[in-house]
Amino acid sequence: MSLFKVNAKPSINAGRILPLLPFIICIVAYIITAQVRHDENPKDKLVPTSKQLIDGFRRSAFEEDRKGEYRLLVDTIASTKRFAIGVAFLFLGVIIGLNMGMLPYFDLVFYKFFLFFDKIPALAILPILFIVFGLGEVSKIALIVIGVMPTIVLDTYLRAKAVPREQITKALTLDASHLEVMYRIVLPKIFPKVLETIRLNFKAVILFLIAGESLAATAGLGYRIFVVRRYIAMDIIIPYVIWISFLAFLADLAVRIWIRKKYTWMDK
Amino acid sequence: MKPKFYRYIIFTLVLAAVMSLSFAGNTWAKPKKFKAAWSIYAGWQPWDYANQSGILKKWADKYNIEIELVRMDYIPSIEAYVAKKVDACVMTNMEALDMPAASGINTTALILGDFSNGNDAVLTRDNTGIKDLNGEEIYLVELSVSHYLLARALEMNNMDERNVILVNTSDSDIAPAFIANGNQKAVVTWNPLVMQILQEPGISKIFDSSKIPGEILDLMVVRTGVLKENPEFGKALTGAWYEVMDIMSQRGSTADEAMSIMAESAGCSLTEYKMQLKTTAMFYKPQGAVEYTNSEEIKQKMNYVRKFCFEHGLLGENARSVDEVGIKYPDGSIQGDTNNVYFIFDSSFMKMAADGKL
Repeated sequence: MSLFKVNAKPSINAGRILPLLPFIICIVAYIITAQVRHDENPKDKLVPTSKQLIDGFRRSAFEEDRKGEYRLLVDTIASTKRFAIGVAFLFLGVIIGLNMGMLPYFDLVFYKFFLFFDKIPALAILPILFIVFGLGEVSKIALIVIGVMPTIVLDTYLRAKAVPREQITKALTLDASHLEVMYRIVLPKIFPKVLETIRLNFKAVILFLIAGESLAATAGLGYRIFVVRRYIAMDIIIPYVIWISFLAFLADLAVRIWIRKKYTWMDK
Repeated sequence: MKPKFYRYIIFTLVLAAVMSLSFAGNTWAKPKKFKAAWSIYAGWQPWDYANQSGILKKWADKYNIEIELVRMDYIPSIEAYVAKKVDACVMTNMEALDMPAASGINTTALILGDFSNGNDAVLTRDNTGIKDLNGEEIYLVELSVSHYLLARALEMNNMDERNVILVNTSDSDIAPAFIANGNQKAVVTWNPLVMQILQEPGISKIFDSSKIPGEILDLMVVRTGVLKENPEFGKALTGAWYEVMDIMSQRGSTADEAMSIMAESAGCSLTEYKMQLKTTAMFYKPQGAVEYTNSEEIKQKMNYVRKFCFEHGLLGENARSVDEVGIKYPDGSIQGDTNNVYFIFDSSFMKMAADGKL
């Protein structure tokens, strides 16, 4: 057995099957649990069978609910919109971070502030957010921005700082303007790395999105999960969780493709 | 290699033996242990007092059992009950029907503690009346008793729920959110939040649960199987509860002392707690609770509740009719599916308390 050998060379078949193994174990464990629970209590709602899960997904995706809406569609649109606006603000964070990293006066004014700002647990200041921004869309976006943007700002700042001074001096001596140095040389150089950071923070964005939607909303993926919890509709909640994960995976994939296509020079 | 391997096996066996012995010892030596969950609400604070004052332990000892009382948030406590992590839990008749009973957890209402008699209310700004709510956004916790209260208020005024916009708002933020947002016209919530919001200027109460008395019942429920096998658990809980009720209904310092402990764990002052009790119709004497549980009236009220639950999909989205879950009353009559009785009103334990037989 070469299981514990650092120089093991798994076969092609092992390469195909082994990655699936943990998934299969989880799914089988789930199916068995559901079966055992339903044998004991046929009306069990906590661990729905796969049939009930599919039915729950079908009902939320393809059937009108009591309000005459296709829930999954309405919720996905509402949440995607919030997600997109939140992420757009993260790009604003990139600009702020770049300016802080490049312009010493901006650095002096903002660096300490963002360093502190970054440490505020956004969920702890929810009541303040609601009083300032109300319960509408603004507060949900604000939660995402306050929660994630400082990280992006600081990451961009550090990456801009790390660009060798020689390059900047060289550009200036070749008669580049200060704006050109920032936006034509430093920004393109650090941008793919910054994109990676944004991509890795999607999880945090989604977390804050769901937190915001659980507190006050009329639609949204997080909203639905918290409302149907009131009647233990796990047959809706589990498909929603899988759907959210899938959408997050798609968003992540999109950025990865963007980086790979646009920045072919990266890591070479 | 080999000797080490044997040592490992011997070690594992010894460990297993020690662990199984200790578990066996547990079940063998100690009295049966039960878990009950409670959450903060004017009508349920007495449970905390029963625990803190040792009254609950006294009654548990009398029946040679152990009862652990845990404080939880409301919805998680019911989820724990449905997942069988606790044996008994406080909840309203509505949640008892649409959460455990609708999930196939056979549930018995052991103690009817009180009904909401003003604790749940529809509050508005700028003299907005019920008729003006059409097209307005209303803050509330969707599918909770607040939602039920609003539906009843609209129904009584021949209005349709579909004409208002419900904003699902977490109960932890609903009061500050409504107070801070001067443009928001209406909110539906419960005490102590109602009291807090009413302290702000320009807010009026346009409907409350005193207009639908006896519909929102606050219960202590037990899983029917657990209760059948261990009636002493039910007896201990009931005994402890009515001993506390006795203390509360006395006048003077004994009652005040008990109630200030209840107020403290609810995070309010004694005066505020007493004000909340005014809008809580407590059944201080078991006789009153027995009579209401045995009455025809409770069946009519439960009919409103189950209708609401069915119409909002709370009995399961695939439920075919309002009769999906059967409800059994002390006189043996059954409301709904007789083959699917999962919610039982049992007045026998309260009757024992009334007769002094505990």
